[in-house]
Amino acid sequence: MKRVTTRDAAPAPIGEPVPRRDGIAKVTGGATYATDIALPGMAHAKVLRSPYAHARVVSIDTAAARAHPGVIAVVTAEDLPDVELIYGHAVADHPLIATGKVRFAGEPVVGVVAEDAVTAQEALALVTVEYEPLPWVTDVAAALAPDAPIIHERPGEQRAHRGFEEDIERTAANVCSASRQQWGDVDAAFAEAALVVEGEFRYPLCYAYAMEPYTAVASWSEGALTVWTSAQHPYMVRDDLAHCFHLPLSAVRVIVPYVGGGYGSKSYTKIEPLTAALALRAGRPVRLALSVEEAILTTRGDGARIRLATAFDHEGHLLGRRATVHLDTGAYAENSPLVARKAANRLGGPYRIPALDVRCSAIYTNTAPASSFRGFGAPQVTFAAESQMDEAAERLGLDPLELRRRNVLQPGERPWPRVRGIDADLGADLEIAAEELEWDTPAVAGRGKAISISASDAGSEPVTTAVVRVHSDGSVTVTAGSTEIGQGSSTVLAQIAAGEMAVPLDRVHLVQSDTAAVSYDRSTGASRTTTLMGLAIQRAARDARAQLVRWAEEALAPDGPAVVEERDGVSIDGKRYDWGELVRAWFGGASGEVVGRGYVRRAGATEEMPPFWEVGCVGVEASVDEETGEIRLERLVTVGDVGCAINPQLVESQDVGAAVMGLAIQRAARDARAQLVRWAEEALAPDGPAVVEERDGVSIG
Amino acid sequence: MAETAERSIDLALEVNGRRRSLRIEPRETLAEVLRDRLALTGTKVSCDAQVCGACTVLVDGLAVSSCTYLAADADGRRVRTVEGLAVDGRLTPLQQAFIDRAAFQCGFCTSGMLMAATALLEENPAPSADDVVRGLEGNLCRCTGYAPIVEAVLEAAAAGDRTTNGADGAAE
Repeated sequence: MKRVTTRDAAPAPIGEPVPRRDGIAKVTGGATYATDIALPGMAHAKVLRSPYAHARVVSIDTAAARAHPGVIAVVTAEDLPDVELIYGHAVADHPLIATGKVRFAGEPVVGVVAEDAVTAQEALALVTVEYEPLPWVTDVAAALAPDAPIIHERPGEQRAHRGFEEDIERTAANVCSASRQQWGDVDAAFAEAALVVEGEFRYPLCYAYAMEPYTAVASWSEGALTVWTSAQHPYMVRDDLAHCFHLPLSAVRVIVPYVGGGYGSKSYTKIEPLTAALALRAGRPVRLALSVEEAILTTRGDGARIRLATAFDHEGHLLGRRATVHLDTGAYAENSPLVARKAANRLGGPYRIPALDVRCSAIYTNTAPASSFRGFGAPQVTFAAESQMDEAAERLGLDPLELRRRNVLQPGERPWPRVRGIDADLGADLEIAAEELEWDTPAVAGRGKAISISASDAGSEPVTTAVVRVHSDGSVTVTAGSTEIGQGSSTVLAQIAAGEMAVPLDRVHLVQSDTAAVSYDRSTGASRTTTLMGLAIQRAARDARAQLVRWAEEALAPDGPAVVEERDGVSIDGKRYDWGELVRAWFGGASGEVVGRGYVRRAGATEEMPPFWEVGCVGVEASVDEETGEIRLERLVTVGDVGCAINPQLVESQDVGAAVMGLAIQRAARDARAQLVRWAEEALAPDGPAVVEERDGVSIG
Repeated sequence: MAETAERSIDLALEVNGRRRSLRIEPRETLAEVLRDRLALTGTKVSCDAQVCGACTVLVDGLAVSSCTYLAADADGRRVRTVEGLAVDGRLTPLQQAFIDRAAFQCGFCTSGMLMAATALLEENPAPSADDVVRGLEGNLCRCTGYAPIVEAVLEAAAAGDRTTNGADGAAE
C-alpha cells in the first residue's frame, strides 16, 4: 500500500532513548508493588517450615496455635481435602504444603493466618510437628548413588508435561528429567581429532536475590479467586491456581503490579497456591509476604556438574563435542526440566560442530527447588564450553580469538537441523569486542584478556496476544500481558504502539498483567517481551488501522472517493481525518473506539524455533594480585547483537546490569571457596598442617 | 490480636514536614510505622536485617535502615522518606538524574538509593566517584550494575542538588 505523508506526523519513537514511563512513579515512591497491596479485611499469614532436609511428617498438633488470640486459621495439608495440592507446570510434583513428607529444609508444613503478621509468627511457635528424619542427599553425586534415598517415591507424581514431553524419563531413582541433543558421528569425530580437550566443571547453586521477596495477596469472592502477586508469568500462575482449586480459567484473576526484580526467580508459580488456600480457609483476604531468608528457600538457580570433551582438528576446527551435565534441581522439578533442555541446546553452538552428543539431566536433591535464573542453562554450560575453547587455543598455539573466528556460525547458518538459522552476526560481534578490548595490544604483565561468546535459543514459545484500542479522541490504550519487571516493557511496548499508530507517545497508555482485563501472554522471560509481545502489538495496531480505513470508506466515502491511508489517519479528496475522527464518524456520534487484535503463534514469522537467537559476547581484561591471588576486573566489554534497538538506553542498561550480575556469581563462587578453605583450616587443621586448595575440595597433610 | 492498649506508647514525630502523633507498640520498626500506619509505602523492606539499604530513610538528616530502627527511637525527630523529596510534583535534581541516567530498573532499591544519596549530597555537595561509591556502599541494586547510579548522583551534584526540596530546613 502506498503511504504518503502530507504533513508532519508525530515522530516515530522507535530507536529513541525515551525516558522510562515508570520513571516518575519509581523515583517518588509512588510505584505499587505486590508488597504494597492492602485490602479491606486483609489478614496476614506466616509459614512453618521443615527443619529437616528429608523427613516423614508423623503428626502435627495445631490446637494451641488455633487457640492463640488473633489467630484466624491454621492450615495443614489435611485441612485442604477440597484442594488439588500438587502442581507444577513441567512436572506436577510440587505440593503447595507438605503432604506427609518433607523433601527440603524450608518446605512449608503449616500455614497460620492471623489478624497481623506478628501474631501469626507467634502462633507458629505453638505448633508441634513430629518428624521422622529420613536419609538425605544434598548433592548430585549422592543423589545418583545406587543406594541413594528416593526423594519422589511415586513416578505418577510426574504427569503434567507441557512442551517437552520427550525429555521426561526416569533413568534412575532421583532423575527428574533427561534431555539429549545429538547429531553426527561423535565417535568418528573424536577418533580423528588432533586434539581432545576434556574436563569437569562445577557451577554453583545461586540465589537471584531480587530485592523484592515473593509476596502474594489472595481474595475469594463469589467463587472466584483474585491474586495480586510478584510473579513474572501471571497467566501460568493462573493456570496452576485453576488446577489446584478446580476452577475455570475465567474464575481466576491474577494481577501483577510492578515487580521488584525477577531475573527468572519469579517465573512460574511460587507462593500463590498456598496463599489462596490460606485465604480459602480463613474466609478473608490473606497476605503472605516472605522474608528474603524464606525467598532463598523458595527458588534458586540450578547448580551444575558438567563433564565436557571437545575435539578439534590440527587447524583448530571443531570436530565434535560430548557432554554429560547434571543439574542440581533440588526437591521439586519447577522449571529445571526446561533448564536441562536449554543447557543441552546451548552446548550446540555458537560454533559449527559437525558431531555432538550431549545429555543433560535434572537431578532431585533434598535442597530448595531450582528454576529459572538469567538465561537458564546458558551460564552453566557456556562457562565450561568457552573455558575449553581457551584451553584448546593454548594447546594448539592459536590466538583464542582466531580459534573462535574459525568456528563461529555464520549469519543464517543453522547450528543443528530443523532450527532457525543464526539471525545475528557472531563474527562481527567478536570483532567489536576485540576492537574495544584492544585485543592486538598485549596485556601488560599481571594482566590478561579474554573474549567469550554464546548464542542462546531465546523467546520461549510464541504464544502471545495483544489488544490496541484507539479511542474517540485518537488516544491509544494497549493491553499487554507482559509484566514490567524492571526491563522497561512499559516503555518499549508503548513506543512500538506509538510508532505503528503514528501518535505521540504521551497519547499511548499501557495496561499490563491482569489476567481478567488483559488478553493472554505466555510469559515474561527469555527476552521474549520486546520481540513477541512487540510483534503482537504491531499486528494489533495494524489491525486497528485497517479497520479504521474500512470505517472511513463506509462512513465518509460510501460512493467511492478514494480513501488514502496516511501515517496518522486518512485523507479523502484532500481532506484529512485523524483516527479519532474516524471512530466518531463510524459510530455516528462523539464516542466509540476501534479494537485491534494481534496474535502471535507458531506460524509465519514465528514458525521456526527458536523465535530468535540471543547473543552474549563479552570481553574482559583482568589482573591478578600475585601475592593474594585476588582477581580484579580492569575492563568489561559487552556486545549486544539485538537488531533494531527500540530504546537504546534500555538495551544498554539491561546488558550492563546482566553482565554485572554475572560477575557477582563468579565473585560469590570464589568467596564460597575461600570460606570453605578457611573453615577447613579452622576445623580440620587448627594446629598447622597446610590446607591445600584443590579443584573440587582441599587436601590436608 | 496480640496488641494490647497497656503496652502501647505515644509517638510524636515529624514526617516529611508534617507533625504526626500516633500510638504504637514498642516493638514496631520505623519501616512498619511509615508503611502500615502512615501509608508511606515508598519505603521498601527487603533484607529486613540492615544489609541491603532498600528501607533507607533520613532521621534528623542521617541515613538509617528503617527496617531495624525502632519507631520509638524516632520520637521527637524529623523523618524524611522518598515521598518527601519532590514538592508540588517538582522532582529534585537527584530524582531527575535517576530518570535521565536510567539509574533504576525494577525500582525496588530506588527509594533507599535516593535517600542515601540525598544524605551523601547534603554532607558532601561535591563528591568524587569514589565518595559516591563509598556513600552508597550499604545499598544493593540487582538490576543496574551500579554504574548509572553513581553517574546519576554525580550529575545531581553537578546540578547543585545540595539540599533537596523536602530538606529539613524547609519543614521548619
